[in-house]
Amino acid sequence: MTGSEHIVKAMDHELAHLDHVIAEMGGLAERQLEDAVEALVRGDFTLAKKVIAKDVEIDDLESEIAQFVVRFLARRQPMADDLRAIVAGLKIAANIERIGDYAKNIAKRTLVIEDPTQLQSARHAIARMAKVVQEMISGVLGAYIARDVAQAKDVLARDSEVDQLNTSLFRELLTYMMEDPRQISRCTHFLFMAKNLERMGDHATGIAEQVTFIVTGETPREERAKQDASSATVLDSSDSST
Amino acid sequence: MSMTENTATSLNAAAANSAPTQGGALLSARDIEVAYSGKVALSGVSLDILPNQVTALIGPSGCGKSTFLRCLNRMNDVIPGAKVSGEIMFDGHDILGADIDVVSLRRRVGMVFQKPNPFPKSIYDNIAYGPKIHGLAPNRDALDVIVRDSLERAGLWGEVHDRLKSPGTSLSGGQQQRLCIARAIAVKPDLILMDEPCSSLDPIATARIEELIDELRERYTIIIVTHSMQQAARVSQKTAFFYLGELVETGETDDIFTRPADKRTQAYITGRVG
Repeated sequence: MTGSEHIVKAMDHELAHLDHVIAEMGGLAERQLEDAVEALVRGDFTLAKKVIAKDVEIDDLESEIAQFVVRFLARRQPMADDLRAIVAGLKIAANIERIGDYAKNIAKRTLVIEDPTQLQSARHAIARMAKVVQEMISGVLGAYIARDVAQAKDVLARDSEVDQLNTSLFRELLTYMMEDPRQISRCTHFLFMAKNLERMGDHATGIAEQVTFIVTGETPREERAKQDASSATVLDSSDSST
Repeated sequence: MSMTENTATSLNAAAANSAPTQGGALLSARDIEVAYSGKVALSGVSLDILPNQVTALIGPSGCGKSTFLRCLNRMNDVIPGAKVSGEIMFDGHDILGADIDVVSLRRRVGMVFQKPNPFPKSIYDNIAYGPKIHGLAPNRDALDVIVRDSLERAGLWGEVHDRLKSPGTSLSGGQQQRLCIARAIAVKPDLILMDEPCSSLDPIATARIEELIDELRERYTIIIVTHSMQQAARVSQKTAFFYLGELVETGETDDIFTRPADKRTQAYITGRVG
């Protein structure tokens, strides 16, 4: 944190508590993503169900943080970097909570698509994408704890990697659907999983922006190069031969 | 008022000096009414003070909060025309009773005032005076221990240990106020009353006193009157809101400042009523 201590020691303890709960919450979300994707790749329905059941723990931590922030604002009247840390902490908790929701959604879809032997290639493509997202989450949590703007910027830069993987997976899944319409419902679930991962990446970059805000008082404004072209991708039937 | 988890620990700390009365409270005021020359300043106030907590009394000027505070060590006795009725149970006795030894009561219920008011004596004598007249120190060595201990607990020892013979009035405002707190705790009180203890101090000195209050509650019970509800929010565990001579609402400070139950409390703490 920022060097010198507060005269009122409780301020230090409470701000450290916020960091601690956010780190715990982020660690949980990271683990949820890891487990959800492992359940998908291995077709492990027990693990998928565990992920679904565990999401409530993240939700509980978010509401704990929301209550803490309201109390802290009322009781401590924070200013400057303390004020920024508290407001950003609330937003970061919301970001992590959404990441947890997306992990849970991947687990739910894993149960729906059933047959784990189908579309192995797509499953592995999702796992590759998930790995990048997981590294982003882990990196941004580290940046938050260390109040490290450079590390937060690295995370921002990686978002385009996720976008590119999402676009390429989108194309791949479209070709599967064109080849075999019986796979359409399964592929649609994969599409949503990929979209979930892409959204998780966005939330990780949202956290990175909050880290920058805590440290500098400014939110990074430059437009990130959007590499997600899936919303502009069309394949017609002539592409199915490729 | 509900018992809290603090009650168990507080029993250890408070039992040394006094047995808590009803429901774990150190002090229980019931139906207090105060009139000055026939004009009612405060009425129907019932409030339990839990041990080892800081209770903040807030409200606009003239709401009765300081009047209530002055009942707790019989300071209203010295105001001509003041009449106090009701009951204040403290260690099994009604402190409003005619048989109460006011000097001994004021040893157990110390007070820190708005303006630091050190005696025109040395730093050492400011602290030593109370223990001497109450016979708390059998000899000079014991007195030295009390002086050092009190100054340490008030966070002042490091700043004054090499100039104990200097006049108390030579200290800065914030140090003088901590000297007054040290003087109050030197006579081993159970309860410390603070009437606007930071209103003449700058923000840094105020923060030091607030940190001190938080440390002191491990051993003492504190009631603080403050005009600053932000300060009340920062230092207290319980808050009582007074308005027009009435106790409107009392509860956990967390609750009072985030979801007050009474509309008048809401209006006051959000700055919608003067």
